[in-house]
Amino acid sequence: MDNNGKSVTFRGGGFAPQSRRWMGVLVFVALILFVEWSTRAGWISSLSLPRPSDVLDTFRQLFDSGLLFKHLLPSLTRLFVGALIGASIGIAVGIMIGLFSYVRSGLVPLVAAIFPIPKIALLPLFVIWFGIGEGSKYALIAFGTFTPTVVATYGAVDNVDRTLIRMGQSFGLSWWSIVRKIVLPGAMPGILSGLRISLAIAIILLVAAEMLGAEYGIGAYILEAGSLYDLERLFAGVVILSLLGVLISALIGMLERRLLGWRT
Amino acid sequence: MDIRLDGIGHSYDEFEVMRDITLDIPSGQIVCIVGPSGCGKSTLLRFIGGLEKPKRGRILQLGDPPTGCLNPLTYIFQDFALLPWRSVSGNISLVLEDHGIKGAAAKTIIDDVLARTKLTDFAKALPKQLSGGMKQRVAIARALAVNPAVMLMDEPLSALDSQTRELLMDDLVELWTRQPFTAVYVTHNLAEAVRLGHKVVVLSRRPGQIREIVEIEKPLVAREFGDADLDHAQKHLWQLMRDEARVADAELLHG
Repeated sequence: MDNNGKSVTFRGGGFAPQSRRWMGVLVFVALILFVEWSTRAGWISSLSLPRPSDVLDTFRQLFDSGLLFKHLLPSLTRLFVGALIGASIGIAVGIMIGLFSYVRSGLVPLVAAIFPIPKIALLPLFVIWFGIGEGSKYALIAFGTFTPTVVATYGAVDNVDRTLIRMGQSFGLSWWSIVRKIVLPGAMPGILSGLRISLAIAIILLVAAEMLGAEYGIGAYILEAGSLYDLERLFAGVVILSLLGVLISALIGMLERRLLGWRT
Repeated sequence: MDIRLDGIGHSYDEFEVMRDITLDIPSGQIVCIVGPSGCGKSTLLRFIGGLEKPKRGRILQLGDPPTGCLNPLTYIFQDFALLPWRSVSGNISLVLEDHGIKGAAAKTIIDDVLARTKLTDFAKALPKQLSGGMKQRVAIARALAVNPAVMLMDEPLSALDSQTRELLMDDLVELWTRQPFTAVYVTHNLAEAVRLGHKVVVLSRRPGQIREIVEIEKPLVAREFGDADLDHAQKHLWQLMRDEARVADAELLHG
């Protein structure tokens, strides 16, 4: 056989991004090094952007003085309590919307109506309702996480494979069993990816919640630094929030790997 | 327990899809229902199992289901309908849990049905690790676990490739031979119908009506791949359906 033909050029491949470990870290490091170098070289004046090493220094002072945990603990508590209330009510309401026609018809427009309200605008209202203390802060964060969780959850319930539900019915499973053993696990992927968004929103609202009458808290710390134009402290606080976001995202990633190992 | 369909008719809005279907499904037999696409054969199966309500007529259970029967009318679905987050044995235990069967009692049943469907080694596997044929075996095992009076099989082999289909047909024949079960078997594949059916019910195209009921006398075990008698029966069925299938194929779909 004649083997002199032209070989076929490969034109497949691509369009399938994969995770490359350390690439994310590399981008961060490169960016920080660039800013450090530019501020040192005088490209960027320290008035417009703080030097990363100074921010690190501020951070170290914060840690050494013990103020870090004094700020971090109340913030984490607010975040945890608020997000827990908001997400659990959100998941419950979302599942009800996904299951009952009347609840769906009644609540979907309501959720659509409250979703776009900037929850920060309602802060005075929450202060009147729940007082200037922790109550109003929990309420703001809870309210902010509630709406995206509801929307993600009922979308996830809608997407549960109907043939699985028919199967459950055909084997005479009780309504409650179908919800617990088929609908909930089937909606779990959607609920978890909704939680990623809701929890990020919770962190955003944490700063808003601490605008009023909070002595300690990452948000209070940032706001105080901001009003003094103390950019090093401002950035130190922002970095903490960022790290918090990365941490939560990693936690949900772990949860997904544990709970959703069945996905193909 | 026998099943009797008494004058079943159905329509969506003004659109008649099924007319006056009267049929007996005797205990211990496999009744195959064939027909051109859109004749309502899967709908009919959903009526029989109580997943949908017909507009006209009644479905009757004659006699009592056998003792120890947990779910008299049990489906096997075309797309297997296995919970992807449960292992093979978890999927079977799902249908036992609601009857309060747990622990050792459940294990006995699960081990038994897995052995009968040759799945013993796969008890801990997740559905995503299984081939299509294996998944359908799991679904069959799950159906056997509730000890059904009548199995309602909705194109159970249609999602499988033809070799796997042959293997599973052999398995079904073997299961039936060891312990005869009652089944309504809906399919569009005439080879499956003549291989597994004691009776083959031919439905016409919309509105679905019974055109003919073909009895196949040859015992299931004696039927083989490429059997001349079966070929003959299959040809007869195809002749009954051919023109209808052509018209049905050319029809516009009514969503």
